[in-house]
Amino acid sequence: MIPSSFEYRRASSLAEAITMLGEGGDDAKLLAGGHSLLPLMKLRLASPTVLVDIGRLRELSYVRDGGDHLAVGALTRHADVHNSDVVGREVPLLAHVAGQIGDPQVRHRGTIGGSIAHGDPASDLPAVCLALRATLLLAGPSGERQVPAIEFFTGFLETALARDEVLTEIRFPKLGGARWSFQKFNVRAQDWAIVGVAAVRNGSAGVALVNMADRPVLATGVEAALAAGASPEEAAAHASDGLEPPSDVRASGEYRRHLATVLVRRALEEAGA
Amino acid sequence: MTATEATTAPGSAGAVLGTRRLRTEDPPLLTGESLFVADIKLSGCLHLALVRSTVAHGRILSVDLGPAKSMPGVVAAFSGADLKDAWAAPMPCAWPVTADMLSPTHLPLAVETVAYLGDAVAAVVAESEYAARDAADAVVVEYDPLPAVIHLEDALSDRNLVHEELGTNSSYTWELSPDPVAVEAAFAAAAHTVSKRYVQQRLIPSAMEPRGVLVVPHPYGGEYTVYSATQIPHILKIMLAITTGIPETSLRVIAPSVGGGFGSKLNVYAEEILAVVLAQRLRRPIRWVEERSENSVATIQGRGQIQHIDLAADSGGKITAIRVKLLADMGAYLQLVTPGVPLLGAFLYTGVYDVPAYSFSCTSVFTTMTPTDAYRGAGRPEATYAIERAIDALAAEVGVDPVEIRRRNFVREEQFPYASVAGLVYDTGRYALALDKALDIAGYQGLRDEQARRRQAGETKQLGIGVSSYMEMCGLAPSRVLGSLNYTAGGWEAATVRLLPTGKVQVVTGTSPHGQGHETAWAMIAADRLTMSPDDIEVIHSDTAMAPYGMDTYGSRSLPVGGVAVALATDKVIDKAREIAAHLLEAAAEDLELTDGSFRVKGSPTMEVALGAVAFEAFSAHNLPDGMEPNLEASVHYDPPNFSFPFGTHIAVVELDTDTGQVRLNRYIAVDDCGNQVNPLIVEGQVHGGIVQGVAQAMWEEALYDDDGNLLTSTMIDYLVPAASELPSFETASTITPSTTNVLGVKGVGEAGTIGSAPAVMNAIVDALSPFGVTDLDMPATPERIWRAMAQASAMAQAEGEA
Amino acid sequence: MRVSLTVNGKLRESEVEPRLLLVHFLRDVLGLTGTNIGCDTSSCGACTVLIGGDSVKSCTMLAVQADGTEITTIEGLAGEALHPVQEAFRQNHGLQCGYCTPGMVMAAASLLAEQPHPSEEEVRAGLEGNLCRCTGYHNIVKSVLAAADMAPVPAPAVAS
Repeated sequence: MIPSSFEYRRASSLAEAITMLGEGGDDAKLLAGGHSLLPLMKLRLASPTVLVDIGRLRELSYVRDGGDHLAVGALTRHADVHNSDVVGREVPLLAHVAGQIGDPQVRHRGTIGGSIAHGDPASDLPAVCLALRATLLLAGPSGERQVPAIEFFTGFLETALARDEVLTEIRFPKLGGARWSFQKFNVRAQDWAIVGVAAVRNGSAGVALVNMADRPVLATGVEAALAAGASPEEAAAHASDGLEPPSDVRASGEYRRHLATVLVRRALEEAGA
Repeated sequence: MTATEATTAPGSAGAVLGTRRLRTEDPPLLTGESLFVADIKLSGCLHLALVRSTVAHGRILSVDLGPAKSMPGVVAAFSGADLKDAWAAPMPCAWPVTADMLSPTHLPLAVETVAYLGDAVAAVVAESEYAARDAADAVVVEYDPLPAVIHLEDALSDRNLVHEELGTNSSYTWELSPDPVAVEAAFAAAAHTVSKRYVQQRLIPSAMEPRGVLVVPHPYGGEYTVYSATQIPHILKIMLAITTGIPETSLRVIAPSVGGGFGSKLNVYAEEILAVVLAQRLRRPIRWVEERSENSVATIQGRGQIQHIDLAADSGGKITAIRVKLLADMGAYLQLVTPGVPLLGAFLYTGVYDVPAYSFSCTSVFTTMTPTDAYRGAGRPEATYAIERAIDALAAEVGVDPVEIRRRNFVREEQFPYASVAGLVYDTGRYALALDKALDIAGYQGLRDEQARRRQAGETKQLGIGVSSYMEMCGLAPSRVLGSLNYTAGGWEAATVRLLPTGKVQVVTGTSPHGQGHETAWAMIAADRLTMSPDDIEVIHSDTAMAPYGMDTYGSRSLPVGGVAVALATDKVIDKAREIAAHLLEAAAEDLELTDGSFRVKGSPTMEVALGAVAFEAFSAHNLPDGMEPNLEASVHYDPPNFSFPFGTHIAVVELDTDTGQVRLNRYIAVDDCGNQVNPLIVEGQVHGGIVQGVAQAMWEEALYDDDGNLLTSTMIDYLVPAASELPSFETASTITPSTTNVLGVKGVGEAGTIGSAPAVMNAIVDALSPFGVTDLDMPATPERIWRAMAQASAMAQAEGEA
Repeated sequence: MRVSLTVNGKLRESEVEPRLLLVHFLRDVLGLTGTNIGCDTSSCGACTVLIGGDSVKSCTMLAVQADGTEITTIEGLAGEALHPVQEAFRQNHGLQCGYCTPGMVMAAASLLAEQPHPSEEEVRAGLEGNLCRCTGYHNIVKSVLAAADMAPVPAPAVAS
C-alpha cells in the first residue's frame, strides 16, 4: 500500500520535463494521471527513484480539429475524451472506448497519453490507435518526431519512446462515417479486457486486439483476409494468426484464441465488414 | 402458524416489531463520523508491520533484523525466535472435534518452519506506518524450501508432510452414521442412484474493512485496552488472557465500528496476540492495520472441500438414503473453529427432504495454504450445495422436472416438528409454500416456455433456470449440543435491560454487530415490550467493560439467541416495574396493563403511572414494596433449547452466451422464511448480501494457488468480488412460519441467502448447458470453464456418433 | 514538499513526503478518517473523494499531485442535514457495515452530477468501481435512484 521513497520533480513546461527525465537517469519515470504507475508502486512492483510530474502541463490537455484528423493532447483525461463532442462526432470509436476504461474514478484521473505510453497489452486505447492507424507525437531533447502507432509498441510494456522522450499528442484519422465496433470481453466491468477487439471499416479495414500478445497488436491475418474479400466469419478465423496470447489467472492462451475469433466476428458484423 | 398481516394499535405491545424502521446506526456511518480501528488516533502510538513468509512451506534458516533496526523511525524488531518464550499458550483452537484430532503447535510468529504464506516470521515496530513498512521490507530471511501441499487428495496421501512432527497430514476423521446397515440396504434396493463429486473451492471472505488492532497499555496500572476489528470481543478477551498470560481482569476488548466480517473476524489472530505482547514490552500503544494483499494470505479463507455424495431413490424418485464423504482442507493450522466447520454441514446433507437413512464421514487434512475457518454459512452452504445439485441430477436420472423431484421429497408440513435422520428436530417449516411462492414470482412455466423457444431457435443466448430449496440450522446454539460436539464454549447469550431514572432505557447485549443493525433491532424488541419508542432506548455492545458477558456474533445467532435474551430481560424488568406500579397505584399487579409506556389499571384507565415515574421511584427508593431492591435492572443469560431452522426457495435465471461461455445472471428470485421478522428492511438487506456471496462463489470467486503454494489471487484485481455492474436487482419475498422454540418466534437470517444461492445459480447454469450434453460443472463457472465443458461434451458426442 | 489545498472548503497546508498518498494525507495529516482504505490496487473505491467535483480514488494519487486542488470528502458532504445522497442511503437501507459507504456515497454524488437521471443500468455501470460486501448492491442502487428523484440533487460543494 505504501510506495518506496523517490525524488519528486514537478515540471512546469514540456521542455523542463524532458530535461528532468534526462537528468533522472534510468530509474526516472513520468507521472501523469498516475493510474498506471502508482498501483505498481504501491505494491512495490515498481520503485522509480525519480518521478517527473507532468500532470500540471495544461497545454497538453486538448482536443483539436486537424482537418483530416483529430489531435488529442496526451494529458487529456479519459472522461474528457469520452465526453468530447468533437471526438464523439469525428472519432466515435475513441469516445466510446474512453468510456470503457477502468471505472469512472479511473477515467476522471487517467490520461490518454499515460495509458498509451504504458504500452500495456491489456489496455483498450492502444488497440484503438492501431486499428485507426493513429500517429503519435513524441518530444525529446532533439525535438519532436512522429511515430505511426503500428510501430510504437515494441514489447511487453515497451514502446518506441526513448528514456527522455514524452508522448505529447495522438492524431486519430477522422472516421468520416465509417462503421466501427469495440468488443470488450471481461468478467467484471472494472477489469481489463480478457480479450478485446477494435475494428473500423472504411474502405479498408483496421482490426486490432487487446490482450492477445505481449504487446498491443494488429490482427494482421484478419485485415489481410478482409482485403482479399473474406466474410466476417472467414476473416475471424484468422484472429490469432501469428500470435501467442498469454495464459494467466483469467484465461488460457487457448481460450483467448477462441474468444478472439468470436469477438472479431462480432466486431466485423457490427462494423459491417 | 399465525398470520402476520394483523395490525396492532400504536403504543401497544406488537406495534414496533415487524416495522421497517430506519437504522439508527446509519447517520454516523454515512458521514464518516463512525470510528473503525484504523481511525482511532493516539499520540505516541507505534506501528507494527509484519514480515510474512515468501515461501509456502520451508525451514527458516536465518532472520537478519540488522538492516531494519538501523532504519529511521524504527523502535524495535523481533524474529519468531526472539519471542518464542513470550507466549503463555499457543494460538487457540476451540473445537477439538475428536479426542484424537491432531493439531500442530501454532505460534504468532513462526520460529523454525513456515507452513503458508501468511505465516509471519518477523515483526517490526516503528514510529510511523511508512517507516514500519520500509523496515519490514529490509528484513532479510533465508528459507530452505519444502514441498508445497496444495491438492487435498495429495495431502491425504501423505506424500509430502505439512507438519513433519505429526507424521501425517490427516487431522481427524469424524463420522455420523446412525444406521449404516440401513444405508447399505437402501442403496442395494435403489431403483435410481446418483453419485457425485463436488468441489467447494477456497474463498477469500473479503470483508471491506481489512483487520486491524490497536492495543493501549496502561503500564503503571497494568491494564490493556484492545481495540480490534473483530466479531468476537468477548471470546477474544478470554483467549488473549490465555495466550499472553495477562489476567483477564486486566484486559478490556472493544470492537469499535467493524466493517463486515462474514466469519473472517470470528477468530483469534496472531496479530492481536502479538500487539498485546509488544505493547506490554514496549509500554506504548501499538497499532497494526492489515493491507488487502496481506488479508488475502493472513486472514482465514472459507470452504475448501471435496464432497462425495450418493443418493439412493425408489422408482418414483423418492430418496431412500444419502451417503456423504468429505475431504476437508484445514489449511496450514487449526484456527479458532477450523475443524468444526465441515461438521456444521454434517446435519444438513438431507436438506429439506424426508430421508430415512443417512451416513456422513469427514476426513480433514493439512495443506500449505491459509487456514480455513468459518465463512458465511460455515459448512451449511457446502452441504446445501451438494444436496441441491445432487437432487437436480436425480431429477434428470428419473426424468422429471427439478421442481417435481423436490415436491416428491419435501418434509411435509404435517410432519413438523420433524426429527431428522441426522439427529436434529426441526421446529417448523413449510417448504412447499416457499417453493410455490418462488415459482409464482418467477413465472416458472413462462420461463420454461421461453427457454424451449430459444433452444428450438438455436439462439446464441440460451436460458438456464435453477431452483434451490434449502433449510439450515442456525442460532448457535444450545450449549449442551455444542458440548456434545466437543466445542469448548457454550452457545448462550446475555442481555441486561435497565430503566434509567429519567425514563430512558439501556439495553446491554453480548452480541457484537458489524453491519447487522443490532442497535436498531434490539431497541425495537425492547420498545415493543415496553410499549415505548425505540428512540428512547440505547443499545450498548461490543465492549467487555460495559457488556461483560457475551458470546458474540456469528452463525446467524444474534437474533434467535441474543435478541431473545433482550426480550426476556425486558420482560423481567417489566415484571419488577409492575410490582412497583401496583404498589404505587395500590392495585394488584395482575390487574395492570402496560400500554403507551404506562401501567394502567384494567377498567380504570385514569389510574395510571408512567414507566418513567416507576423508574424514578425505583431509583429514589423512597417508596418501594417492602424488601424490594432499588433500581430497575434485569439480566438474562439465555441458552436456546434448539437451533433455529430457516428455509426457503431461490430461483436463478441465467443467460448463457454459447459462443463465449459467458453467463449473465438475469433474474434472481428469493423467498425466505426466517419466522417472525423484527425489521423487514434489515431482513431484506441480509438476504440481498447473502445472495451475492453465494452467487459470487458460483460464478466468480476462487482463491487460486499455484503448485508452489503461491496465491495467484492476492489482490482485488485478481480475486473477483463482484460490483453492482455484474448483478441484477433481486426479487425477494418471504413466508412467515414462526419458530416455536423462542418467545419471539424468530429464526436467524444472516447466512440464509448465501446458503440458498450458490446451488440455484449452478443448477441454472447446468440447466442452460444441458442441451449441449454438459451434465456437471465445477465452481466458479468461469467463461473458460463453461467453454471447455461445452467443447468436451461436443467432442464426446462426436466420438460416440462415430463409434 | 509543501502542499496547499482546499479540503471541504478550508485551505490546508502541510509539509509532506512526496510518496505520501492522498488518502493518508486526508486521514493521517488532516484527521479526516471518514475516507476508508479497502484495498491496495485501486479496485474497491472505498477511498473515493471528489476533486473539483469529480470522483477520484484517493489511494491512487499522491498528496503532491493534489496540491492546489479542491477536495470534498465525506465529512464535507452533509450540513445540518444529510446530503440527499446520504439521506437516500438512509431511507433505503443502502448500507450495512458502512465501510464502503463513504466511497460509495461520493461515487454516487459524482455520478448524479454527471447524469442527474440515470437508469438502473446506468447506476450499476456508474458504480462499477466501488465494491460492497454487505448489501448485494440492491439497496445501494435503489438509494441512488431515489436520490436522483429528490430533485434537485445539489452538486457537492466545491469551495471557492
